[in-house]
Amino acid sequence: MPDLLIELFSEEIPARMQARACDDLKKRVTDGLVEAGLTYASAAAFSTPRRLALTVEGLTGESPTVREERKGPRTDAPEKALQGFLRATGLTQDQLEKRDDKKGQVWFATIEKTGRPAPVIVAEVLEDVIRNFPWPKSMRWGSGTLRWVRPLHSILCILSDESGAQVVPMTIDGITAGDSTEGHRFMGSQRFSVSSFDDYTAKLKKACVMLDPAERADHIWHDATNMAFAQGLEVVEDKGLLAEVAGLVEWPVVLMGQIGKDFLELPPEVLQTSMKEHQKFFSVRDPKSGQIVRFVTVANRETADNGATILAGNEKVLSARLSDARFFWENDLREAKAGMGTWLDKLDNVTFHNQLGTQGARIARIAKLAREIAPQAGADPDLAEQAAKFAKADLASEMVYEFPELQGIMGRYYCAAAGMDPAVAEAAQMHYKPLGPSDDFPLNPVSVAVSLADKLDTLTGFWEIDEKPTGSKDPYALRRAALGIIRTVTGHNLRVGLERLIDMQLLEHTIALSLDTAEEREVYFLEEMVDEIAKFGVFGAAFHAVTDKLAGKDEPFEVEEGTWLARLRASLPEKSDDLLAFFHDRLKVHLRDEGIRHDVIDACLAMPGNDDLSLLVRRAEALSAFLKTDEGENLLQGFKRANNILTKEEEKDGVEYRYGADVKFAEEDSEKALFSALDDAETVIAQAMKAEDFGVAMGAMSALRAPIDGFFEAVQVNTDNQIVRRNRLNLLHRIRETCLGVADLTQIEG
Amino acid sequence: MTKTDGKPRSFQEIILRLQTYWASKGCAILQPYDMEVGAGTFHPATTLRALGTKAWAAAYVQPSRRPTDGRYGENPNRLQHYYQYQVVIKPSPPDLQDLYLGSLEAIGIDMDLHDIRFVEDDWESPTLGAWGLGWEVWCDGMEVSQFTYFQQVGGHDCKPVSGELTYGLERLAMYVLGVDHVMDMPYNDPQTPIALTYGDVFRQTEQEYSRWNFDVVDTDTLLTHFEDAEKECARILAAPADDPKIGKRIVMAHPAYDQCIKASHMFNLLDARGVISVTERQAYIGRVRALAKACADAFVETEAGGWQA
Repeated sequence: MPDLLIELFSEEIPARMQARACDDLKKRVTDGLVEAGLTYASAAAFSTPRRLALTVEGLTGESPTVREERKGPRTDAPEKALQGFLRATGLTQDQLEKRDDKKGQVWFATIEKTGRPAPVIVAEVLEDVIRNFPWPKSMRWGSGTLRWVRPLHSILCILSDESGAQVVPMTIDGITAGDSTEGHRFMGSQRFSVSSFDDYTAKLKKACVMLDPAERADHIWHDATNMAFAQGLEVVEDKGLLAEVAGLVEWPVVLMGQIGKDFLELPPEVLQTSMKEHQKFFSVRDPKSGQIVRFVTVANRETADNGATILAGNEKVLSARLSDARFFWENDLREAKAGMGTWLDKLDNVTFHNQLGTQGARIARIAKLAREIAPQAGADPDLAEQAAKFAKADLASEMVYEFPELQGIMGRYYCAAAGMDPAVAEAAQMHYKPLGPSDDFPLNPVSVAVSLADKLDTLTGFWEIDEKPTGSKDPYALRRAALGIIRTVTGHNLRVGLERLIDMQLLEHTIALSLDTAEEREVYFLEEMVDEIAKFGVFGAAFHAVTDKLAGKDEPFEVEEGTWLARLRASLPEKSDDLLAFFHDRLKVHLRDEGIRHDVIDACLAMPGNDDLSLLVRRAEALSAFLKTDEGENLLQGFKRANNILTKEEEKDGVEYRYGADVKFAEEDSEKALFSALDDAETVIAQAMKAEDFGVAMGAMSALRAPIDGFFEAVQVNTDNQIVRRNRLNLLHRIRETCLGVADLTQIEG
Repeated sequence: MTKTDGKPRSFQEIILRLQTYWASKGCAILQPYDMEVGAGTFHPATTLRALGTKAWAAAYVQPSRRPTDGRYGENPNRLQHYYQYQVVIKPSPPDLQDLYLGSLEAIGIDMDLHDIRFVEDDWESPTLGAWGLGWEVWCDGMEVSQFTYFQQVGGHDCKPVSGELTYGLERLAMYVLGVDHVMDMPYNDPQTPIALTYGDVFRQTEQEYSRWNFDVVDTDTLLTHFEDAEKECARILAAPADDPKIGKRIVMAHPAYDQCIKASHMFNLLDARGVISVTERQAYIGRVRALAKACADAFVETEAGGWQA
């Protein structure tokens, strides 16, 4: 069983592409080998800046010979059919065999695929993998036609077993595979031959190359943390940076350096970002003060002066970088203290989206909406409006221009520097949250109001211009925005009627979009309607209220078919419903992750008030918990039985049984018991529903389980006595009505 | 590799050593192009010569103008006029990385003491319709050069591929000479009787041009120049290939390309004057790119571009 070793040696491979390239190399080569009939025991791939390597152990020495029989046309079939069969099998007529079949004599072919030795297969597979490698970006070089991520210099490809190693013969675009490679660009010396994977890694290490990226990362992290610890400091963890830096070096040497005193005053986020983005330095923090006080850089070599020259150079470059950062910081602080007016003016001229207008217009919309949401979030409306107005001011600052990832963080510093309320400053940072499914949602009420307003404005805007997420495409991160709203609203148990806010904001976008083309009167109509919705919360009613108001004036106001108002009357509720359905879809995904089944959510979505996400979630949680108990499960069966019988009889009789179940027509004890149980449950459930205490409501529902079971055991619903029968059906209706008041149990599966 | 003794002492010595080194590696040492350009890549010795099949090897200093980077000579490392050193070799030789590292040694960077790294940095010039893959080269964390394998220029695939090296001379020299402010850098040998610093040579011009670029240059004139250059470029290229006077085929790719360079510089100046909005910006870049493409199309119809009768 030979082992296969492949190394593709090139000029420096971008760090960000290496991990994926390892996976691709391993998958494509092993898939190719298996497809060609070889098997193997294990495989692993590695990368350094200059090489991709793959080891495949326990490879079979050749592919097996395979025989396959194929049935052809009848011997008396036309010549054409026979020729076609010969072409398909690659045989000649004398190699075929005549056999008797049910319908006569038929040609049979026996095709033998001879097994092939591993080297031939490996060469074929590797050439195919190299020629079709899925680099995110690839290039040509020199006069060749081959594409690789950067110029490919050599290929090492050997099969080795106890008897020794054998080079796999192959040549691709002038590069002939061999058994040798190079070590470190500066610390290695001559090319060397290798005879196995173990020999390869050992010789590489001697030539100052650590092959395994995980080993390099461990080494870097270990040395960096030790060095920091020795000085009572700690390295700020950054897994992405660690992986990147490990992909930039073959022989990592960790060095810790000083940050000039003049720069220690900069906000830690600025220091950290500048050092990471420009220099790929780790930040080292003083755990007592939280300040960044040192940096760690990773060199690719050892030197006679133990890195002194390298470190001095890096410190100098950092000084220049931080001088720039300090320059931005000082300029920005000056603007901030002057009230940020110039920034806001600037944002009036910055496009947010070519259809949705400028950042300035967007901010104005968000501020208005934040004011509307504030009371429900428990925030002061004035503060919320102010916070929304300044929350994105930092987008015009020099620091955020230089480091876009500092948006919000800088805003917070600048609002604080401007002497604004701490809640306003906090909102500048926190309104962006949550940034992902595991990120925290905002806590402070002002931040909550601005965050919700921001995300709702974005969602309604893109819904208004019909730029909704499709499949894997969601360029404006609208799914994330919706999930952010869901998590923030339910996390704080806020009682927000989403439909009203969606309608209002869709109208705001309609106004903004039609400002250029609409007549004054149309804009007036829309603005009036926003106010009406704010007051009464329903689009249709607001529409009528405003038309009525206008009709009361000097001339009658009619919305004629075909006008834009008529189109608006039709389209806005459609968009609004669609966006609410989008929220519900996101909610399902979110709750499924928390273990709540989709049919449970459907049962709750069918209830009134389903745009109140907190209510919806509490109902779903209670129902989900209830259905997991035996009582719940049995009650569900009882309900379904009652509902099925009732529905069937109603269909048969063509009537609805809904009134007048009377205990005086009850014949059996169990029937009477059900009456009294329903009386009790209805009272409790009505109160609990009023208090929105779904747990209590479901508890009361579960008290119905025994009486329902008892009823079905003892009583035959369909008796000959029509009075008794109707009374029983009306009683079943009470079960249905009572249960459906809590959730639509007909949606529950099973 | 050529080991040159000791550290260079001045800005000009670094340039001289680079010239000597690349000459020794077989490059034709060209002179700067006599027009205002934003980068060494704009020199026709790179842009146009990267096209077509003919082999090419050249190195040269190119003064480069970036009006928006003017800081009145105050900023330690920002200038509206600075120098790039440019090497372009077609087809890119297999040992180009080693040749490049040799040039660093030639200017006094000791490979045994420094940490040289090739960090991914893909190059794209929207105005030239050009792109390539490569790296920025770091020396102890500082970017000292740009290293690019050209894949496309003026919308044409580069076959063969040119290797391009660009050194930002001031920054590199400041690093090698250990100077913190560009204006303090020795321009000639500091031991010489009339020792000049970079500031002695360029502080005044930085001030003058910063003022002119930002506040004085007449934008209407610039706009007219831009449009004139655009028109002239089209007119040149519209001329028939055969010269009726001499009776020979003369495709005027270079004169047309001069107009493209001119338009590009006018655009840079307009940009520095802050009169170009974000949306207009894209439109202007598109117009310059259209000129560059037309010139590239013309160049491949010339002998230097590989055209054969």
